[in-house]
Amino acid sequence: MARAEEVAREAERRDIRTRWLLSAPALVIIFVAATGPLLIVLVYSLLTPGPYGDVKWQFSSEAWVSVFMERDIFDDTLSLAAAHVTIFWRSIKLAIVTTIATLALGFPTAYFMATRSEKTRDLWLFLITIPFWTNLLIRTFAVLQIIRNEGIINMALLKLGIISAPIQILYSDTAILVGMAYVYLPLMVLPVYASMEKLDFRLVEAGYDLYATRFQVLRRIIFPLVKPGVIAGSILVFIPAIGAYVTPSVLGGGKNMMLSNLIELQFGQGRNWPLGSALSIAVMIIVMVALLAYVRNAGRSEVRHG
Amino acid sequence: MPEQPGRNAIEVRGVRKVYGTGESQVAALDTVSVSIRENEFFTLLGPSGCGKTTLLRLIAGFDFPSAGEILLYGQDIAPLPPFKRPVNTVFQSYALFPHMTVAENIGFGLEMLGKPKAEIKARVGEMLKLVKMEALSGRRTSQISGGQQQRVALARALAPQPKVLLLDEPLSALDYKLRKEMQIELKRLQHETGITFIFVTHDQEEALTMSDRIAVMSSGKILQVGTPWDIYDKPAERFVADFIGETNFLTAAITVMGNGKVRATLKSGAAIEATVAEGFQPKGNATVVVRPEHAKLTNGKGDLSGTVENIVYFGTDTHIHVHLDSGEAFTVRQQNTRSASCGFEKGDKVGISVGNDAAQVLRD
Repeated sequence: MARAEEVAREAERRDIRTRWLLSAPALVIIFVAATGPLLIVLVYSLLTPGPYGDVKWQFSSEAWVSVFMERDIFDDTLSLAAAHVTIFWRSIKLAIVTTIATLALGFPTAYFMATRSEKTRDLWLFLITIPFWTNLLIRTFAVLQIIRNEGIINMALLKLGIISAPIQILYSDTAILVGMAYVYLPLMVLPVYASMEKLDFRLVEAGYDLYATRFQVLRRIIFPLVKPGVIAGSILVFIPAIGAYVTPSVLGGGKNMMLSNLIELQFGQGRNWPLGSALSIAVMIIVMVALLAYVRNAGRSEVRHG
Repeated sequence: MPEQPGRNAIEVRGVRKVYGTGESQVAALDTVSVSIRENEFFTLLGPSGCGKTTLLRLIAGFDFPSAGEILLYGQDIAPLPPFKRPVNTVFQSYALFPHMTVAENIGFGLEMLGKPKAEIKARVGEMLKLVKMEALSGRRTSQISGGQQQRVALARALAPQPKVLLLDEPLSALDYKLRKEMQIELKRLQHETGITFIFVTHDQEEALTMSDRIAVMSSGKILQVGTPWDIYDKPAERFVADFIGETNFLTAAITVMGNGKVRATLKSGAAIEATVAEGFQPKGNATVVVRPEHAKLTNGKGDLSGTVENIVYFGTDTHIHVHLDSGEAFTVRQQNTRSASCGFEKGDKVGISVGNDAAQVLRD
């Protein structure tokens, strides 16, 4: 009896060892490729900036203080870094508005696609992915051409006599929003469509049959059932939007920086690598907190709906 | 019950439904007219593709007729969207909302009608009791069996007290035993609620056992409307006679006797008395139908004569297939007894006597 137990235990031990060995390559890659660089960034954020970029291997918490604070050059007193706060706030605000805008545009698009016949659905799916083939920078410049003062929109409005002088859209938050909404729209459409395609449209008919109006069917039946797609799409849009670099630098001009532009500045002209590192990690923490809050909230309302 | 002809709950007048355009046009419903009485269990029976589900969808409002009117208690509802019709549907797939509990599913219609919370709760409780699902009211619909889902679908459709309940082959997904149970259950529900039921099925047995009246449909047309008894014993057309039950078709020369009766002279020379279908036009030869259980096999001479070709034992009865001397085929169904065999053997020369009041002349 005891002998058999021992054999079984030995086999189990061997089994566990084999599993660890088999997953070792994956674990090494995860650690080296994902955690490693992050650790470097974290270490850099706690060092002193070198005179020509790079870092001096000397501990300093100055970078973390500078994320939101400003040290007066004369008397060393700390005050809130208004510029940083503005940029943080702009990034978060624009990322949220972009997510909402892509959802507002993407949801009807996905619904339209999902209600087509099976063959045309594939065609629409293909069309939606076409923008991915073009470089992001080129697409952003295309948006720039449309919204600049001499662009299509302004020229058309001028010709029609609706406006007497061009509207300044370019180099504003609105310009960044338009650009990001355009660039990230497919990232919203695709996951929402994936959920919508699985939706049993007989449930929609059942809703109409039970006296639900079109809006009520949308709110009470379609939306709850495609919610996983909406959550996935929102995450896919929000994360790159808060860290967007190309779009704000092309369409926002120098004044309307977003976080990535600020971080880039520290590694370039600013020659303050520790501050750049500290900002990067701060952004990461914000995104993580926002996502946790969002997902948990979405999950809770799911339970409440029963 | 159905015999007192009440008001008409639904009147379908000259309804056409055409799908597609131009050359590829298909008429799913070809000028259909039918009246469905209040508190009636009315069945639309036909093979798949006959247009029965199309007609149901037009009444529910999921599709709109290409022509014609659909009256609900005298009011034309054909152009109304489904959420403005006091008509509810039990779907073939049940279409229960997977993100809601059993109770929330049942209460959904009432909630959409803007009923107060207390009333919804009371009514849902009542419905749960009616379909015997009180114990499972908090379950998700994915956590209950097919038969239970069926009950929930019924309760959900009945909860808003519709004027007419539409049932689209609701029993087809259930196994045989459960289906039998639900047939009885449906009849009970209809009796208790007093709601007009329009039931769609391709199962003739289901139609015969449950309905007050049946409309037999084929290729977009209603061929005959009548009580199960009418449909079975007095079929009007070959399709109806063939689709429902088993039957024998014989060719006969018809002489009219009046009073709805004719004398049919069969190929064997024997003349039998027969009833005629509505709309029958005397034109020499016609088709006479005789149900297998309304004929008797004899050793001597009968109205027909032939050779026994095959004998099939069915438990309750035996089917004896006879090749008639006229070349036609004829089946006789004979009740079994415990001890004796049917008394005939393959190859026997037999006579067949067709009883009085056993034959019906078709109009086509």
